[in-house]
Amino acid sequence: MKKFHVTTTVNGDAVEYLCDPRETLLDCLRDKLNLTGAKEGCGTGDCGACSVTVDGRLVCSCLMLGVEAEGKQIETVEGIADGDILHPLQKKMIEYAALQCGICTPGILVAAKSLLEKNPNPTEEETRYWLAGNLCRCTGYDKIIRAVMDTAAEMREAS
Amino acid sequence: MALDDRKSDFTFVGTRPNRPDGLDKVTGRAKFGADAYAPGMLHGAILRSPHAHARIVKIDASKAEAHKDVKAVVTRADFADVPFKPGLEGEFYNVLENVMAGEKALYDGHAVAAVAATSALAARDALKLIEVEYEVLPHVTDVDKAMAPDAPVIREGAADYSVPEGMHPNVVRYHESGHGDLEAGFAEADLIIEDSFVTEATHQGYIEPHACLAILGNDGKGELWCTTQGHWIAQKTCAALLGIETSQLRVTASEIGGGFGGKTTVFIEPVALALSRKANRPVKLVMTRSEVFRATGPTSSASMDVKIGMKKDGTISAAQGIFRLQGGAFPGAPGDMTAMCAFAPYNLTNVKQIGYDVMANRPKQAAYRAPGAPMGAFAVESVIDELCNKLGLDPVEVRLKNAAHEGTKASYGPTYERIGLVETLEAAKAHPHYSAPLKPGQGRGISCGFWFNHGGETSVSLALSEDGSAQVMVGTPDIGGSRASMALMAAEVLGIPYENIRVTIADTATLGYNDVSHGSRVTYASGLATIKAARHAVEKLCERAAAKWGIPVDAVKWENGCAVPSGPNAGDFDPMPLADITADMGRTGGPISGHFEATPEGAGVSFGTHIVDAEVDPETGKTSVTRYTVIQDAGKAIHPTYVEGQYQGGAAQGIGWALNEEYIYGEDGRLQNSIFLDYRIPVASDLPMIDTVIVEVPNPGHPFGVRGVGETGIVPPLAAIANAVSNAAGVRMKRLPMSPPRILAALKDNG
Amino acid sequence: MDYHSPASFAEASALAANATGITRFLAGGTDVLVQLRSELVTPDTLIDIKKINGVRDITRNADGSWTLGIAATGAEMSEHPELGRDWPGVVEAMDLIGSTQVQGRATPTGNLCNGSPAADSVPAMVAAGVTVTVTGRDGTREVAVEDIPTGPGKTSLAKGELISAVNIPARGENGGDAYLRFIPRTEMDIAVVGVGVNLRLDGDTITEARVSLGAVAPTVLLVEDCAKAIIGSTLDDASMEALAAAASAACNPIDDKRGTIAFRTEVAGVLAKRAAKIAYARAKGEDA
Repeated sequence: MKKFHVTTTVNGDAVEYLCDPRETLLDCLRDKLNLTGAKEGCGTGDCGACSVTVDGRLVCSCLMLGVEAEGKQIETVEGIADGDILHPLQKKMIEYAALQCGICTPGILVAAKSLLEKNPNPTEEETRYWLAGNLCRCTGYDKIIRAVMDTAAEMREAS
Repeated sequence: MALDDRKSDFTFVGTRPNRPDGLDKVTGRAKFGADAYAPGMLHGAILRSPHAHARIVKIDASKAEAHKDVKAVVTRADFADVPFKPGLEGEFYNVLENVMAGEKALYDGHAVAAVAATSALAARDALKLIEVEYEVLPHVTDVDKAMAPDAPVIREGAADYSVPEGMHPNVVRYHESGHGDLEAGFAEADLIIEDSFVTEATHQGYIEPHACLAILGNDGKGELWCTTQGHWIAQKTCAALLGIETSQLRVTASEIGGGFGGKTTVFIEPVALALSRKANRPVKLVMTRSEVFRATGPTSSASMDVKIGMKKDGTISAAQGIFRLQGGAFPGAPGDMTAMCAFAPYNLTNVKQIGYDVMANRPKQAAYRAPGAPMGAFAVESVIDELCNKLGLDPVEVRLKNAAHEGTKASYGPTYERIGLVETLEAAKAHPHYSAPLKPGQGRGISCGFWFNHGGETSVSLALSEDGSAQVMVGTPDIGGSRASMALMAAEVLGIPYENIRVTIADTATLGYNDVSHGSRVTYASGLATIKAARHAVEKLCERAAAKWGIPVDAVKWENGCAVPSGPNAGDFDPMPLADITADMGRTGGPISGHFEATPEGAGVSFGTHIVDAEVDPETGKTSVTRYTVIQDAGKAIHPTYVEGQYQGGAAQGIGWALNEEYIYGEDGRLQNSIFLDYRIPVASDLPMIDTVIVEVPNPGHPFGVRGVGETGIVPPLAAIANAVSNAAGVRMKRLPMSPPRILAALKDNG
Repeated sequence: MDYHSPASFAEASALAANATGITRFLAGGTDVLVQLRSELVTPDTLIDIKKINGVRDITRNADGSWTLGIAATGAEMSEHPELGRDWPGVVEAMDLIGSTQVQGRATPTGNLCNGSPAADSVPAMVAAGVTVTVTGRDGTREVAVEDIPTGPGKTSLAKGELISAVNIPARGENGGDAYLRFIPRTEMDIAVVGVGVNLRLDGDTITEARVSLGAVAPTVLLVEDCAKAIIGSTLDDASMEALAAAASAACNPIDDKRGTIAFRTEVAGVLAKRAAKIAYARAKGEDA
């Protein structure tokens, strides 16, 4: 089967890989680039554990083909911290114990960061609906929502 | 030396530090089951039966084997011959049958063959080259139908000694317990309500599918990396199924992306090992979500009859329950647990419960958070709510009146030690939620819940470093922040900061046996073991200090991280900090470590009370949960934030179970909803904030008073929500989930 | 599977016309990839149409009508400053599909071509009178949205044909539209029932109406009896009840894992009333 050569940018780094057209962006990130932060929880776009941004747009990387990444700017959970400085969301997630097992955490962080970039002052309802595509089975979402909203408040104060 | 066994004032325990694995988990570097890689690794895939019940006439894998990308194909013939025994006695046989079908495929999704190939895509493609000839057999998926005389027999001879004569062969275990005189009790009642209830099977719904990386050679030595709640049970089971020695297989538990009971056994691990042995290369095997739903263990479905008699003052005079649980095509449905837990919150003179374990053509059930208990509580607490409504009694007062307490003979036999049910009910009564006004269309429900909690086989090793830091090796996978709790308990005993302790989940080669992370046992049992191991190390620290000071060891005690002289003749010495002792431990007697291995028996039972407000749209039957409060006895909360998290998580799972989650089978016996689109777990916008109240009635069986907290939180929600919905809708809901079509139909039937 | 990313619709059409086996066009991919991954449909030929110029554009034409590129996503429609003011029902219907993540990829064209009777954007587009431009080897033709689906998973598009633009009429004066659906959760479900209503007023009286139902028949329905029930009325109680009865009467649903016949039939009437109220209020220029 013919493979495709894809050149793209992940977390600011130029990368390239060969992929079968059936392979998803998630497959390529995990298996070809060893970026295993994004998780496959469902493969059908229902759980959000594979969330990444593509050209700034939040998507499920399991619902995008690897070949479609040609020339795009992709951001994953591995790119959220600035060197050794954690993003405020990362700090708050730990502080609030907004994770138990942590499998949904990468997707939640990517999605929440995308929310705060678009809406620095989300209501609880807006936060809950924005994150409705990120399933968490451990926490009941309570501490996640609090962590995101508190981060938003802190980032507003800091800016 | 002097060491108090019991402790009530704490320095570290009860604080809320950041978890030690937090950084790894927010940066994406934590390694979960599917995140492992090995040089030369192959990818596995499993072929599954499309039939609910079928004889496997022939498997022709020749085309797959001939394909250039395929390096191994395995079927049942590639596993050890594990002998069949009836009931749960034959659990290795049951697991083998489940991980790879023998003569028959017993459910839709049952594994029949597997391949290892050079890529995940190649492996999936290769499955299509395997030809399986099936002879389709009649099937049954409903518990009541599976017990009926004309039901297809799933397997002859599976029933154990407990099953009474004359029952269908699909009934494989029977439980009966209770005390008192039921007939006399019901005669005393002013009102008796008898009703039937049904719950559908639900899945634990962990977001991480099962995944493993296996390496096994013809020399019988192997390595297994897998996402599991218990790697020693994985080691033991895989070794038995592969016919190798247990100790020759080293199993490492990955970070685990949720389990809730569903990762307490093996599914793909023995298959990956068999493929690896045949291909002589590492094999990675990862389930799809659909495989998780079709072929791993959901909880049981249940059909239940409950009869309760109550006096006008609210006293329960008699109670009986019959609980029929369907656990898939293998023995193991927790009918006994359901029966034993159902009436456990109450101090009853006359009580009897019967539980059935019934097989049907569904995947082998697995534990799910307090396995069996939520269904029974749903039935019993619904009837109690209806009795309260009919007699005009306050539901909390009635439960207080009947509540079990220290000295109560439990419905399932033993006499309770110190327990905290009354305290949770008092807290519920005092909580602002309980007296808050309801809006039109809303209803309030309350329910109590019980879970045994568990001790289990436990080993912990603790080693001190020269710089005065400590490492703790525990064997219970961390499913919700337990490394933080272990470090807090070790810090409490050693008197060194939390940050100076690193807790690691040891692999099977580096620590003695550990039972699975289940039964809410980790903070209790591994915590107790950590405390005892730390105390063992402290004894040695005191010995070294005594030797340095030249005084007897019993004249040294340990205080705030230092050895200090104790007693009238100990002499006058400055406190000697831990790091001063460890600094030269190599010269003063060698490394200082502490160990503990035992099976702690004092887990301490646990109770909770939940308050729920629900609103029902009368035109569509749609329910929203508008307010939720969890009140539960933790004994002692080691890390209160993670205790709250357990309470909230249990409530959320209960909300899903009550309202929308269910296994839906078609007439053809195939699972209709094997993706998250149609297996509807709660999403963020479905839920309110979930308030928590941590009640602390110390467990006499733990040095710090800990009771397990993980499971009890899912016991009350089904009933509490059903009571809230029934009160809001004005019609009693007796079937879960209370999906909108069911509620709307009930509203219509009710006029 | 062959993957192509043509630069024009003509090229895309030719590729599809000459392909053998199963062909799929890839826009947002939120259905195609799910079917691929679950091995329900593994296309032999996959034609990615996102590299064609202008396919993400959302354009207001001189006559007030709108042209959507076939790769314009739900998120881009929701973020557009004016589209939602003209056609809030169409935009909200699209916005209801899936998660934020799905919104970043999913398109109304894909939603339509997937052929699901439960597609949320379709009843809203049908009610709004939306048409699509279909490009084939012999040029283009304009087709009403309701004429595209022919049954679950099936469309009227011939081999070599694909949708190349979505045309939304000018809103005009005193009009309003709305779409409501029923799902068991608050998000992430497929519609159990969907209702799109589009109407125009003269004063308080409804002069034009289109009502469309989703998930209650093998295809999305345009229900004339529903329109008749409210045209000429001020959406008083009697016309609302007539609307609900007409909606329920039009249902020809199935029992499945998502809902029962009785439930769908009943709730279609309930939602028709609720959606009509919103559309009416919007036509009056009130917040709804």
